[in-house]
Amino acid sequence: MADDKKSNLPPLSLHVPEPKFRPGDEVDYSNIEIQKAGAQPRPDVSTKPDEMSDLAYDLIRVLDDDHKAVGPWDPKLDDDTLLRMLRTMAQVRAFDDRLHRQQRQGKTSFYMKCTGEEATSVAAAMALDAEDMCFPSYRQQGILFARGYPMVDMVNQIFSNKEDKLKGRQLPIMYSSTRLNFFTVSGNLTTQYPQAVGWAMASASKGDNRIAAVWCGEGSTAEGDFHAAMTFATVYNAPVIMNIINNQWAISSFSGFAGAERTTFAARGVGYGIASLRVDGNDPLAVYAATQWAAERARTNQGPTVIEHFTYRADAHSTSDDPSSYRSAQEREEWPLGDPIMRLKRHLIERGVWSVEQQEEMDKECVEAVKEAVKEAAKNGILGHGLHQPFETMFEDVFEDMPWHLREQADQADKERAIKWPDTEASKS
Amino acid sequence: MSTMNMIEAINSGLDNMMERDENVVIMGEDAGYFGGVFRATAGLQEKYGKTRCFDTPISECGIIGAAVGMGAYGLRPVPEIQFADYIYPGMDQLISEAARLRYRSAGEFIAPMTVRSPFGGGIFGGQTHSQSPEAMFTHVSGLKTVIPSTPYDAKGLLIASIEDNDPVLFFEPKRIYNGPFTGYYDKPVEPWSKFDEAQVPDDYYRVELGKANIVRPGTEVTVLAYGTMVHVAKAVVEEHNIDAEVIDLRTLVPLDIETIEESVKKTGRCMIVHEATRTSGFGAELSALVQERCFYHLEAPIERVTGFDTPYPHSLEWAYFPGPVRIGEALEKIVKGLKS
Repeated sequence: MADDKKSNLPPLSLHVPEPKFRPGDEVDYSNIEIQKAGAQPRPDVSTKPDEMSDLAYDLIRVLDDDHKAVGPWDPKLDDDTLLRMLRTMAQVRAFDDRLHRQQRQGKTSFYMKCTGEEATSVAAAMALDAEDMCFPSYRQQGILFARGYPMVDMVNQIFSNKEDKLKGRQLPIMYSSTRLNFFTVSGNLTTQYPQAVGWAMASASKGDNRIAAVWCGEGSTAEGDFHAAMTFATVYNAPVIMNIINNQWAISSFSGFAGAERTTFAARGVGYGIASLRVDGNDPLAVYAATQWAAERARTNQGPTVIEHFTYRADAHSTSDDPSSYRSAQEREEWPLGDPIMRLKRHLIERGVWSVEQQEEMDKECVEAVKEAVKEAAKNGILGHGLHQPFETMFEDVFEDMPWHLREQADQADKERAIKWPDTEASKS
Repeated sequence: MSTMNMIEAINSGLDNMMERDENVVIMGEDAGYFGGVFRATAGLQEKYGKTRCFDTPISECGIIGAAVGMGAYGLRPVPEIQFADYIYPGMDQLISEAARLRYRSAGEFIAPMTVRSPFGGGIFGGQTHSQSPEAMFTHVSGLKTVIPSTPYDAKGLLIASIEDNDPVLFFEPKRIYNGPFTGYYDKPVEPWSKFDEAQVPDDYYRVELGKANIVRPGTEVTVLAYGTMVHVAKAVVEEHNIDAEVIDLRTLVPLDIETIEESVKKTGRCMIVHEATRTSGFGAELSALVQERCFYHLEAPIERVTGFDTPYPHSLEWAYFPGPVRIGEALEKIVKGLKS
């Protein structure tokens, strides 16, 4: 300790952030400033980042309190596109609910829902070209739905069964699809950020016209990879959209542990000289418009954009945590930006092209479609009930060709199989 | 055919590959216009343009991470990490990402990158320019680790590494960039031009990964080494007049176990030499493999000669280095049963 006689200053104190509300607390969100829909300027895509830095502290919103699309960011989408967006988000939610329950019933080890955040991947993916490369985090299943990945293939992966395209190697929901330009989900956080920038640099260096888009949570903006990626993106003016899903919670740590008490996450981009937008992430039209703006910017060689999607993780982080033990249940109910599906539904009703009855009918269809996919996938096996992959697959793809030491270990595994599971087909062969 | 030192041979290999395959790109700190602090990429930006050989921010995480993304796009990146001692900020991208991409995506995405990095000591580099971190990578499933010991091998192995569809760590022993090293730090360095291994074809050729090289056939003891230590071990063996078989492993993963096994079964003795720290070093793996496979042929305990388990010191570099005294003592012990 320093000699306290030398100073009449009070002693130093360490600030450890604390969320406003804990379990049982009354929730009051009056501290969150909600900007008026339609009031945010939409700069030309060629605007220099330092001339539009206000948008990193604003909140781009299109849907107003009367469910109308207003202001310069209205993407003016046609009814069919909006209905497709609504159905895709509803399908994601129905899938999440069903698959979450499958985990609870012991059919797989793990699941992660994106409830409340559907717009941040569905609307974003719809604003990109199908050929654009997506580097998702683990909560962007909405991209796969938007791009038409078969649900049964997703469930096969979740069940780690014999039709799982990833051969049972990955934790449930860590999908991969080269066909749909969906990069393999890691599970390590924000490692995909510099990778997306590298992909975008490659595309630019080849004179391609495809761009990259990447997603991470606000919590993992603290990782070094995030900042390495920001540096590379700005240095090489890479054609990449860098999405930060600020859903307020990283498992049990509120956004304050990533710096939210001091500034916005979009403001991270300002320091790097990157165009930065802060968007109402529960407003599908705002998400679409921001992504479309950033995509045009990237595609016309005007560089990267950071988009903070201000949203709320309405459910648990995963099947492994119980949010009622660390946050107030009222948070979800009181969230001032509502729910993306409800908001789009009301907008479509307001437009006169949709009804509550049609919504109910659609929800039923979505549930039926998931049930069907789960039933189909279950025929291929569920996790923990039988051996779904030949043992050899455990040793394949470590390298392109299997070296001697893995060959020896594969032989050992096969010998063990004959002892541990004498009745399986592979053991008999 | 030209006479080349190891840097020139590496430069030539990079040049050949950039010419043959337009997807080969080079990036690294000072690797572009300047041509690298050791000059390995000299002239390549001028010849192939700024989008194929370029400087990077000082961020190893960013360099390796970007290389993973470039590989996913379809490029074949050859990032340079200026010193192996600087590679640690890129470890997560190497271990969790590059090494596992093929596996976790069931072959949908691969990371066909070759990470070049000068490593090892003996140049008064102190603790941050002298390390030999190879065992950190050999411990990771999905990474290949290659270490050349001559200009000829450096070029051929580098080309084979770049063409490989798996991520490769290519560690260049910087002590022998200009000439082989016998371990006598106070003697003048003899340039590569005096040695046959400096005769390097100008054109493309491969030295296959996973094939060791018997640099000195012998009968009394098998000496396993790689990089700088191949030359030191060979010199000490000859000085002690011991008929040792010196094997340059060239690739640690995949390892040429057949050559090792055959040799140890013939000589009945095995000594392992590396410059890296001892505990959990690659020598421990080699020792275990030899014991598992050749135990009934062994006539003496396996000897490991390594760097000490300390950071690489600056002023006491030559007290740290596993040179002629440490190697000679172990040789005498294993061959003649002399107590140390």
